[in-house]
Amino acid sequence: MNTLIKQDLFEELLESAHSGFENSRSEAKTSYLVQGLPAPKAEEYKFTGITKKLEQTFPQLSSAQPFEVSAETVKSAVFEGFSGDILVFTNGKFQPSLSTIIDGLEVSLLSEKPETPIGSIAKPGKDAFCALNQATFEDGIFISVPKKTQIEKPILLLSFNKENAGSVIQPRVWIEVGDFAELTFIDQSINLSESPYFINKVVEIKGAHNSHVHYYRLQHEGKNAFEVSTIETDIQKDSKFASVTISLSGEMIRNNLSLNILGGNSEGNMYGLYLLNGKTHMDNHTNVDHTVPHAESNELYKGILDDQSRGVFNGKIFVRQDAQKTNAFQQNNNILLSEDATVNTKPQLEIWADDVKCSHGCTTGQLDEEALFYLQARGIGKDQARGFLLYAFAGEVLEHIEEESFRTFCTELVQARLGSKL
Amino acid sequence: MLSIKNLHASIEGTPILRGINLEVKAGEVHAIMGPNGSGKSTLASVLAGREEYEVTEGEVIFKGKNLLELAPEDRAREGVFLAFQYPVEIPGVSSTNFLRTAVNQVREYRGQEPLDAVKFLTMMKEKMKLVEIDQKLLSRSLNEGFSGGEKKRNEIFQMAMLEPTLSILDETDSGLDIDALRIVSNGVNQLKSDKTATIVVTHYQRLLDYIVPDFVHVLYKGRIVKSGTKELAMELEEKGYDWIKEAVDSEATV
Repeated sequence: MNTLIKQDLFEELLESAHSGFENSRSEAKTSYLVQGLPAPKAEEYKFTGITKKLEQTFPQLSSAQPFEVSAETVKSAVFEGFSGDILVFTNGKFQPSLSTIIDGLEVSLLSEKPETPIGSIAKPGKDAFCALNQATFEDGIFISVPKKTQIEKPILLLSFNKENAGSVIQPRVWIEVGDFAELTFIDQSINLSESPYFINKVVEIKGAHNSHVHYYRLQHEGKNAFEVSTIETDIQKDSKFASVTISLSGEMIRNNLSLNILGGNSEGNMYGLYLLNGKTHMDNHTNVDHTVPHAESNELYKGILDDQSRGVFNGKIFVRQDAQKTNAFQQNNNILLSEDATVNTKPQLEIWADDVKCSHGCTTGQLDEEALFYLQARGIGKDQARGFLLYAFAGEVLEHIEEESFRTFCTELVQARLGSKL
Repeated sequence: MLSIKNLHASIEGTPILRGINLEVKAGEVHAIMGPNGSGKSTLASVLAGREEYEVTEGEVIFKGKNLLELAPEDRAREGVFLAFQYPVEIPGVSSTNFLRTAVNQVREYRGQEPLDAVKFLTMMKEKMKLVEIDQKLLSRSLNEGFSGGEKKRNEIFQMAMLEPTLSILDETDSGLDIDALRIVSNGVNQLKSDKTATIVVTHYQRLLDYIVPDFVHVLYKGRIVKSGTKELAMELEEKGYDWIKEAVDSEATV
C-alpha cells in the first residue's frame, strides 16, 4: 500500500480551507483518508489505473482557479442550432454573469444554499474521488426546478477548462427536480489548453415524484485530459431518468453513473457511445439499483475502438428483494478496429427478487466483413462502406438523444469521426 | 464481354475452381448448374471480388479489362452485379441512403452527373414497379427483417437501379415460392438487352423456365464438364447429376 504517496498528491487540497458544508467536508475528508486513492489491484478500478497515472502526470495537485472568458468565447462555443439557456462554468466554477436566466428555475452558488444535503445521493464512502471532491471542492452550483415546471428548451451546462500546471478542477452540481417537473440538460466541456488537466466532478440529481430528467453528456476532452466523474441520481415513483453519454476523446476517463430507483412505475435509461483512438482509455461504470417493485431500466453502451485505445464497461444492476416485477436490460457492444485495441466488459447483476426479467449481453468483434463486401459489391468505396457500417452501429445510441439540435450536432461529430458523411 | 480462361481459385489453401473456361457475349444468358459443392457460388464470388478466395491461376477479362485486378467496388462500377445468394441484413443503414450512395458512386465512376433527390426518387419509383417491391420495405434498414423472397426481390431491384452490363444471379431462385420466382424472373427478363449479359447460377432447372438460357454449363469439381443448350437443363432435371458425376469420375480414374 502506498497510501501515503496518494495522500500527498492531494495534501495541499485537503489543507486548504473551503468555507461552508463543514460537516459534509469533514466527513468526506475522513472517508477519503480511510479509503485512499484506488490501489493498483482495487476491484472497482482494476482496469483503470488512474492513481498511478495521476501520480506520474501530476507531482502535486492544487485547486484550479476560475478564469474569465468573454461573452464572445461563450457564444462561439455553443453548438449550432442550440436554443435554450446556458449555464457557464470556468474550471468548474459557476459564472452567473455569463449565464442566462431561466424562467421557472432557481439557480445559485452552492455556498448560498448551505442546507443542501450534498453527499446524500453520491455518498463519499463509495468512492475516494467522490469523497475528495466533497472534502475539497471550492464552490458548486445549486439548481432547483419547482414542481409542475416544464422547462421546454434544454439547459446547456457549458464548462470551459483551462489548465495551469498541476491543478484539479472539481465541479460540484446539485440538481433538485420537483414533482411533475421536466427538463433536459446538455453537459459539455470545452478545453482551452493542451497541457494535462484533471477533472474530478460530482453531480447529484434528486428527482421527485413524476419527474422527468434527460441528462446528455458530450465528452470531448483534450488528449491529455484525466477525468473521474460521478453522476448519481435518485428517482421517486412514476419518474423517468434518461442519460446519453457520448465520449470522443481524453487520455483517461472514468465515468461513474448511478441511478437509484426509489419509487415504483419508474424508468431509467442509460445509453453510451464511445469512439476511441490513440491511447485513450475510457471506463464507463454504471450502476442501477432497483429497490422497489414495478420499475424498468435499459442500458445500451456501444464502443468503436481503434489504435491502442482501451475501453472498459462495468454494468452493475441490483434488484433488491422487494423489487419484484423489475425489468432490467443491459447491453454492451464493441467493435475493435485494430489489433492493439482492447475492451474489458463486465456485466454484474445481483438479483435478490424472484419475479423479475433481467438480461444482459456483451459482444466484442470486428467489423462485419460480409456486410462490407455487400456494400462494396454495389459500387460503394471501401472507406465509405466502412463508415456506413460504423455509423449504423453508433446510430443506435444517437437515436436516443431526443433533443434534436443536440442529436444533429453529435451525429455530425460522429460521422466526421467515422468518415461516413452522407 | 466476359472471358474466363483457366481460372483456378482456392479458399484457405483448398482448391475449389480448377480451370474454368467461359466466354460470355453481350445479349446472352448463361446458366451454370451443378451439384452442391461443385464451385458454382465460388465462381460467382470470385467474379464479384470476394476477398476470402485466392485466385491461383488464370485470367478474367471483362470489357477488355483485367477484372481480377479491380477492387470489388470498381468491378461493380464497371458493370458487374452479383445478386447474393444470402443478401446481408445491415441494421441502421437505410435502404434509400445506401442505394443513392451506390448509384451516385457508380455514376461518378462512369462520368455521369450524380442524381439529385428528385431524379433519384423518380428512378426508384420506376424500378420498384419492375420487381413489385413495396415502398415500405425501402424505408426500412437494408434487408433488415425482410423475408427470403423480399431479400431476393431487393437484389433484383438494386440490379435495376445500378444498370449493370453483366448480372450474376447466385441461386436467386433458392427458397422462392412460385409467385416470388415469377416476379424475380420477370424483373430479370425486363432488364435484359442486347447490350447486357446474364449468368444464372442455379441448382434447379425450375428458374430456367422463366429465365431462358442460351447456354447451359454443368460445373463439377471446379470445372465445366458439360455445356449445351436449355435442353441440357431439362435432361439434368430429369436424370439428376449422377450420370454426369459418374462419367467424369470414371474418366478421372482411367
